[in-house]
Amino acid sequence: MTPETPATPGIPGDTVIVAEHLRRVFPRRGRPDVVAVDDLSFTVRRGEVLGLLGPNGAGKSTTIKMLTGILVPTAGRLEVAGVDPTRHRTALARRMGVLFGQRTTLWWDLPLGDSLDLLGRVHRVPPDRLRRTRELLVDVLDLGPLLGTPVRQLSLGQRVRGDLAAALLHGPDLLYLDEPTIGLDITSKRRLRELLTTLIAESGVTLLLTTHDLSDVEALCRRVLVIDHGTAIFDGDLAALHVAGGSARTLVVDLVAPVPSLEAPGATTVRTEDDGRRHWLRLPQDASTAPVIAAIAAAHEIADLSVREPEIEDVVARLYSGGGPAVSD
Amino acid sequence: MADVLRTWGRAGVDYVRIARMWGRALRTYRASFWMLVVSSFVTSSLDFVALAIVFTHLDRLAGFDVREIAFLYGASGLGIGVADLLVGRVERLGAMIRTGALDAMLTRPVPLLVQVCADEFALRRITRIVQAGAVFAWGCWWIDWTPSRAALTVLMVVCSAAIFIGLFLGFATVQFWTQESAEVANAFTYGGNTITQYPLSVYPGEVVKALTFGVPVAFVSWYPALEVLGRRDPFGSPAWFAYAPPVAALAVGTAAALAWRAGVRHYRSTGS
Repeated sequence: MTPETPATPGIPGDTVIVAEHLRRVFPRRGRPDVVAVDDLSFTVRRGEVLGLLGPNGAGKSTTIKMLTGILVPTAGRLEVAGVDPTRHRTALARRMGVLFGQRTTLWWDLPLGDSLDLLGRVHRVPPDRLRRTRELLVDVLDLGPLLGTPVRQLSLGQRVRGDLAAALLHGPDLLYLDEPTIGLDITSKRRLRELLTTLIAESGVTLLLTTHDLSDVEALCRRVLVIDHGTAIFDGDLAALHVAGGSARTLVVDLVAPVPSLEAPGATTVRTEDDGRRHWLRLPQDASTAPVIAAIAAAHEIADLSVREPEIEDVVARLYSGGGPAVSD
Repeated sequence: MADVLRTWGRAGVDYVRIARMWGRALRTYRASFWMLVVSSFVTSSLDFVALAIVFTHLDRLAGFDVREIAFLYGASGLGIGVADLLVGRVERLGAMIRTGALDAMLTRPVPLLVQVCADEFALRRITRIVQAGAVFAWGCWWIDWTPSRAALTVLMVVCSAAIFIGLFLGFATVQFWTQESAEVANAFTYGGNTITQYPLSVYPGEVVKALTFGVPVAFVSWYPALEVLGRRDPFGSPAWFAYAPPVAALAVGTAAALAWRAGVRHYRSTGS
């Protein structure tokens, strides 16, 4: 009933997600409809880790909800793990894990341990495998002391860990994380990222991540899909994102003796400070700093030097304001 | 066919699993459980006691005596009792949508309807069934039994439950659109129960027509009970109506299933 490979010609057998011209409209009474997702197309291969980026209301969560079978697309074609998520929602649910950072997928009023047991059973995980996985997750996620606590009494960080255990309990080969680190403190965030990095490396799970926090993306994802106004404005790897967003590195040079201007091949001066002692030079993202530094050092005595990498926030922000689609791969 | 049976079987097993988990969680409050059981038993019993008191001043109501009314009352009460126990939680659908609980359910490999209905399963609702069952048993005591009357009685009770289940589900789906309209649904479910506790001959013909062809609660007890009690319908309906409850149940069930599907398709989740 669940074909392992999509029966679509031209799509490789290891493709897990195929979205074609996906659209979701929310009708509103007496007001114009909201088009949350509009003509969105992308594919995800087995084992890929894809970051879904976009400003508030860009359509990230709506996309995840269509991919999980929670929301029915208004138009377009969607195939996840070989099935239509709406028509075979329960079959898909057996193979995927979902974590919503903003709300729980556990039973709010049940103790965490009971919730996990019940989930394992409705997922039809064989009892001894369930026991082993449960033990492992309780250990790795440090859930031992929390098992008797009703989910509603857990702190946000504890709840997210509990939810992650729930998402992984049945050994899914597809994992959706929707804003997993939202509201977490820095320590919890770092811990969660470390866990996810290990998980990705060890299990080869296909992972889709939506986030506001770009450091999540930098830590976990190789590929990024930027969504704005419900459609993809960028699809490619992180390095390509820098190029598309017009990223530039900045070289900050402090000189022993001031000069009015600094000349170096391939670099342009952005700013001069301290009466010509400090110079800010812009370099293309893919250019090497070594020849520039060598050229400056040949002419002047350098007191200090630093290279500033572009902030991915700025890169993405430029993409949002840039308008037109910039799909590269 | 085998596939369909397996799917339904799994759904049933999952319902029981979820219900049992809630039973365990709620048993922690054992004292309050028994208090609720007793109080709800007393409340629902008073319902029929009030009716019985009326009959101390009255021999017959629209041509029916108190024993016959107990039979009608019991059939309707058993039906709604079973329906309420099994699927009554569906009236919380709007709240489940608002809190995002429905999203969580949609990520689990269990049919949505099973999860909605089994949510916070409370065994104490069985008191309604016990009370209605007692009244029904008393009503049955006086009947001139034949095998075909017995079979029709079983059919009546099963279909009564099925019709009320359909009404619960069908009217609850409105909440996919409005998120607040448990009251409208109650008018048809509990309202339908209250109406069918009495012989329908107390109502005007137009009302009975609406209860036959509109919201067919007349098949919950009235038409089959007429046959079992050896009565003619004062409104002159055809005799085969007595055997039509499965048709009514099927009609209500189909309408409810279609409404539910449309509701799920319409579902828009919550923000974020």
